[in-house]
Amino acid sequence: MSQLRHLLAIEGMHPPEIVQLLDLAESYALLNRSEKFQRDVLRGRTLINLFFEDSTRTRTSFELAGKRLGADVLNMSVSASSVNKGETLLDTASTLNAMNCDLLVVRHDQSGAPALLAQKVDAAVINAGDGTHEHPTQALLDALTIRRRKGRLENLTVAICGDVAHSRVARSNIFLLSTLGCQVRLIGPPTLMPAEIDRLGVRVFHTMAEGLRGVDIVMMLRLQRERMTRGLVPSAREYFRCFGLDAARLAFAKPDALVMHPGPMNRGVEIDSAVADDPERSLIREQVEMGVAVRMAVLDVLARGQSRNV
Amino acid sequence: MSDLLITDVRLIDPAAGLDAPGSLLVRDGCIADLGRFDPPEGVPHFAGGGAVLCPGLVDMRVSLGEPGFEYRETIASAAEAAAAGGITTLAALPDSAPAIDDPALAYLLRARGEETGSVTIHPYGALTRGCRGEDMAELFLLHEAGAVGFTDGRRAIASARLMRLALSYTRPFGGRIIQFAEEPSLAQGGCATEGELATRLGLPAIPAAAEAIMVARDIRLAELTGGAVHFASVSTAEALALIRAAKARGLNVTADTAPPYFDLNETAIGNWRTYSKLSPPLRQESDRQAVVAALADGTIDAVASDHMPLDADDKRLPFAQASAGGTGLATLLSLTLAQVHGGTLNLAHALALLTARPAALLGSPAGTLAKGAAADLCIFQLDQAWQVISGKLPGKAQNTPFDGRALEGRVVATFKAGRRVFG
Repeated sequence: MSQLRHLLAIEGMHPPEIVQLLDLAESYALLNRSEKFQRDVLRGRTLINLFFEDSTRTRTSFELAGKRLGADVLNMSVSASSVNKGETLLDTASTLNAMNCDLLVVRHDQSGAPALLAQKVDAAVINAGDGTHEHPTQALLDALTIRRRKGRLENLTVAICGDVAHSRVARSNIFLLSTLGCQVRLIGPPTLMPAEIDRLGVRVFHTMAEGLRGVDIVMMLRLQRERMTRGLVPSAREYFRCFGLDAARLAFAKPDALVMHPGPMNRGVEIDSAVADDPERSLIREQVEMGVAVRMAVLDVLARGQSRNV
Repeated sequence: MSDLLITDVRLIDPAAGLDAPGSLLVRDGCIADLGRFDPPEGVPHFAGGGAVLCPGLVDMRVSLGEPGFEYRETIASAAEAAAAGGITTLAALPDSAPAIDDPALAYLLRARGEETGSVTIHPYGALTRGCRGEDMAELFLLHEAGAVGFTDGRRAIASARLMRLALSYTRPFGGRIIQFAEEPSLAQGGCATEGELATRLGLPAIPAAAEAIMVARDIRLAELTGGAVHFASVSTAEALALIRAAKARGLNVTADTAPPYFDLNETAIGNWRTYSKLSPPLRQESDRQAVVAALADGTIDAVASDHMPLDADDKRLPFAQASAGGTGLATLLSLTLAQVHGGTLNLAHALALLTARPAALLGSPAGTLAKGAAADLCIFQLDQAWQVISGKLPGKAQNTPFDGRALEGRVVATFKAGRRVFG
């Protein structure tokens, strides 16, 4: 299959590589729903979840994916304090090499940190979110979720709404969805749009009424409280008034438009509960389910790509 | 003191408009004669082999690791790198640890330069105590102690009021204020130039306007006060246009840039290459081209190395956390010559930017081949090819953004007061 050594970013991946991962993930999704399921693809392999930033759902999802494939899974949470004690990322890398880790899942608050680790560790590195750069498995699970519900990705219009500037989810989705033929729109206040983002082949809108017109998928992003304290947005209520998704706003989109959110949600800030919990329109639960399947596929492919046999 | 006869060289002295084949005679460490003259007997002889002989380079923007960061570089190791780069005079930024905010420290740096025997160190005085941007340091006392200008080094003078006071206060004794032009509130936390690449990489960015805003403000303050402001490491088209216009109006405004800003653009940081993380950040290609044009049309007065020694541990970090800066002493001449080979600068102008022009800005007697001047000399082969290899550069600090760069033009010998210090 693929020659993937690490999964650090969606940018630069070719359509067949992405489609192969999605196809494999789809089969894992079906297997996960079946009663009897035991796989030992990763038996004897060590998967370490190395999280420099708090995350419950992504870590749990990788943990479950690893265990379902028979890997030995360890969680290492590296608090900011031990970094402050002077241990560098590269010290951590040499520790991990000594442990003979095969698969390393990394989340870090610095853009590019997994790429730096990948230069120094023997393990296959999976970027589980780095700063404001990328979150590749999130984009893969989003694409799989969309494909299962819509039957395709080509020629769908997807609106990504909210804090694009600080969102690694947005970047990975922009790269992946446009690579596979979606039209991508971004909606948000100019203070939350990064410079020259239009050069990534997307259209930028600053009102929900314009941006949501005729879209197939509405993808909401989390707005962190910190954005308000740093003055990028005056208040939560003003933000919700302009960019929050409720039933009335959703009506701008196509009648069969579906709603997604990478979680965790800020109800009442970027999304109204009535929309988030509507089983007809919301894909949020399914995203979580597909997350495990996608991560199984990624672990499987990367483990196959490794020369070292256990 | 040294006597020496250098023959078979192409003598270039930008200050005197000299470009002619000939010889140069050193007596007692000073230039005694040059051009065509009858060679004296019994003087040690150096055969130039047709190389260019110019004044030893004057590098007006250098961070030394010493005092305070000796693990990165000492003055002795910086002097070694400088000599290999043909530099015999350098101006040291004051934001060391401690900052050069006391006359005794300025004397100390000068003395430490003399101890090397190969490079004159002109200290800049800290504009504010500790380079903290708050209270003015004892600028006149620093001036008396040999400070060649006042600056907070790699930190911008953020307060407009402080800048105004400094420009006014130093005017009577001719103190020049060296500004690192970056509006701090716009630059805060940024580590790449704002635009598509920083957006793709998810890096906090600094807009080009952060430089232009500071330049515009300080030009206005120079006009208000009659003071002299110099902008260091100018890197954007916008700022250069403002400086060009201010010069046309006759204001006392000058500028330098460094080789990264005319030789590289932002794409050098691709793949998270922290060795290309500089301050100001590498800019877009259109800005690089504007810097090249400003070198040629005289908007830029000097090319400085903007040397910033760092250790591997300062660089082997996630991009935003890595320290900014690159070494530049050993590559200053060759990278400037790349513009000559590329046809955008003529050789005499390029050498003026490296010798007479910065010397004039610093009030230094260096940068000339005038008879009677100290025989600080750089001899280089214009066409000799070499490759920059991080890890094999002279001196201790190896954090060059130019690793792997093939260059044409190399120093073959450097003389300080007639004594050979390199080659």
